[in-house]
Amino acid sequence: MLFHTTTRRSGLARAGSIAALALSVALVATGCAGGGSDGGDGGGDGDLSITFVPKNLGNAYFDTSDKGGEEAIKEFDGTYDEQAPAEGTPDGQVSFINTLTQQGVGGIVISANDPTAICDALNEARDADVKVVTFDSDTDPECRDVFINQADAEGIAKVQVDLISEQIGDAGQIAILSASANATNQNAWIELMKTELEASHPNIELVETVYGDDDDQTSFDKTAALLQTYPDLKGIVSPTTVGIAAAARYLQTSDFKGKVALTGLGTPNQMRDYVEDGTVTAFALWNPADLGYLAAYAAKALIEGDITGEDGDEFEAGKLGSYTVGPDQTVLLGDPFTFTKDNIGEFDF
Amino acid sequence: MTETTTATVKIARSYRDYSAPLWRRVLLTRESAVIAALLVVVVVASISVDHFAQPITMTYLLLDIAPILLIALPMTLVIITGEIDLSVASTVGLSSVVLGTLHQGGMPIELAGLAALLVGAVGGALNGFLITVVGLPSLAVTIGTLALYRGLAVGLLGTTAVTDFTEFWKDLAKSKIGDTGVPSVMLLFLVLAVAFAVLLHFTRFGRGVYAIGLAAEAAQFSGVRVQQTKFILFVLTGTVSALAGIYYTLRFGSARGDNAMGLELSVIAAVLLGGVSIFGGRGSLHGVIAGVLLIGTLGSALRLASVTSDVINIITGALLIASVVSTSVLAWLRTRRAKPGGTARTTPAAPQ
Repeated sequence: MLFHTTTRRSGLARAGSIAALALSVALVATGCAGGGSDGGDGGGDGDLSITFVPKNLGNAYFDTSDKGGEEAIKEFDGTYDEQAPAEGTPDGQVSFINTLTQQGVGGIVISANDPTAICDALNEARDADVKVVTFDSDTDPECRDVFINQADAEGIAKVQVDLISEQIGDAGQIAILSASANATNQNAWIELMKTELEASHPNIELVETVYGDDDDQTSFDKTAALLQTYPDLKGIVSPTTVGIAAAARYLQTSDFKGKVALTGLGTPNQMRDYVEDGTVTAFALWNPADLGYLAAYAAKALIEGDITGEDGDEFEAGKLGSYTVGPDQTVLLGDPFTFTKDNIGEFDF
Repeated sequence: MTETTTATVKIARSYRDYSAPLWRRVLLTRESAVIAALLVVVVVASISVDHFAQPITMTYLLLDIAPILLIALPMTLVIITGEIDLSVASTVGLSSVVLGTLHQGGMPIELAGLAALLVGAVGGALNGFLITVVGLPSLAVTIGTLALYRGLAVGLLGTTAVTDFTEFWKDLAKSKIGDTGVPSVMLLFLVLAVAFAVLLHFTRFGRGVYAIGLAAEAAQFSGVRVQQTKFILFVLTGTVSALAGIYYTLRFGSARGDNAMGLELSVIAAVLLGGVSIFGGRGSLHGVIAGVLLIGTLGSALRLASVTSDVINIITGALLIASVVSTSVLAWLRTRRAKPGGTARTTPAAPQ
């Protein structure tokens, strides 16, 4: 009896091994079939294969910016691709940067999850003649060729402070709902907002900055906590698209609707309901599609050698017209834009 | 069934585990299946994925998975005892922050690194204390310390990141052994891997680890110091996680509170894929190492084939589930087939 079981067990174990083998073959085979290869044959002068590396996948903001990039790349007959980690981590981005270096793409357009951690990987890419454009969230300046600035930090901070002070009558307690504690751009804006508040709005008190990690549920919960902690809160500023939408969703169904003002940076499609029903009166942003579009053209100009990132370099960016590289290899997209009930219908992103 | 006759002749011993011929016992195991799958992935990817068959692929891969490889070693032992440690990634973050803050405060990296290791050991000891002395379940304890250590890490450094590490140490973390393309950190891994393999497979302590996983009470009565063994394993896990944290920090040149967020799941996934039973008592280190390499290589190949990260996650998840389910289904089939035989044979539920 004993050996019967034994034999059967071996047979089954072998079946298991074979099944595992078959499975892995199938996985690899389908994986390859699904992905295909770009055939980007490493380097060369006019290799216009440009890959967008947003902070993470499944983020509506980056979906929009990358679509803008895709539109631009189609215009000049390049090859568009998008690769990013599922979670917004720097080490995840490093893996993808390394992969792109190996594939020898022409350019990488990236929004950095950490200004320093992805630096070495980007520099290795540049050593392999890959042009690096950062957008939305910059790296340390020595790790990229050009940074596309969506709007200068002063402009962004000022427009949000102006909006909230107008909405709460220039007096009372406000709080900030930010993304992650390490987000480069968020922290720069918050610092400038504090300066602007101190300088021009002495009656507004910033009571706390909380972090929703650009996660819908976390931002929602943090909003609820803020309103419970500070019963006299007059307004919330959320300089992140995920945060402002979650906060608006909370306000819309709470007793605070219409009593606590909410503004910040949002996208029209996410904010449309809240603006139309009066939860939010006005918010600001640039057009991320234009940002991606401009970044793609900057990458093209770098690949074709039209610009090197020097101060004063000029390049053409399709429908957006002509742009000049400023100090620190930075290109400025333009002034932020304020969305209200009157104009939100004109936008769809 | 074709082997029945040969098997009949050879089986004389009463231990079921030793009743099959040696080659079959070595080759037809869960571990061999993982190793074979790894080889298949490497071969298929080398043939069909552009740029895969380059030494640099291995360099990047090993740099990326080094923290997982390191932490998987003690994690294997912890899971074999039937426990689990979910706080490892938070310990990585905490050790990263300790290293960064102390270095920023003027302490040389060597000392700051030692302090980070100490913090990891203390963190592991706290886990061990709550589990063995207080007697709480490890799942609950380490979910708690997962949040606790991460909270401490983010709280200590706030919104900033420490980046001013000396080039020497940053370069060392990324350096390669001669012209081989193998990262130097693999030497560290090799030393630890040998140490843990000896500990688990060739010492009394290691046999105790298996005994605890199979039946803790029986192990206790046969003289295994159950609580002491578990406590030591949690301290080891904390210390090695801190070591991984130091490597992580130096490799990316950035100490942040949210470093290595979610890494614990990659580690545990690889350990389970490598053939370690989540119920304890079964598993081996070579399987786990192959498991880590399999997940890493598969990800690397798929990225090079321009597959998006969502799809890579789906494939990795499916692979893990398939590997766990396949053993359960086989075990179920075995019991189903055994029953109609009529004889009331009480096979001890074969672990995994």
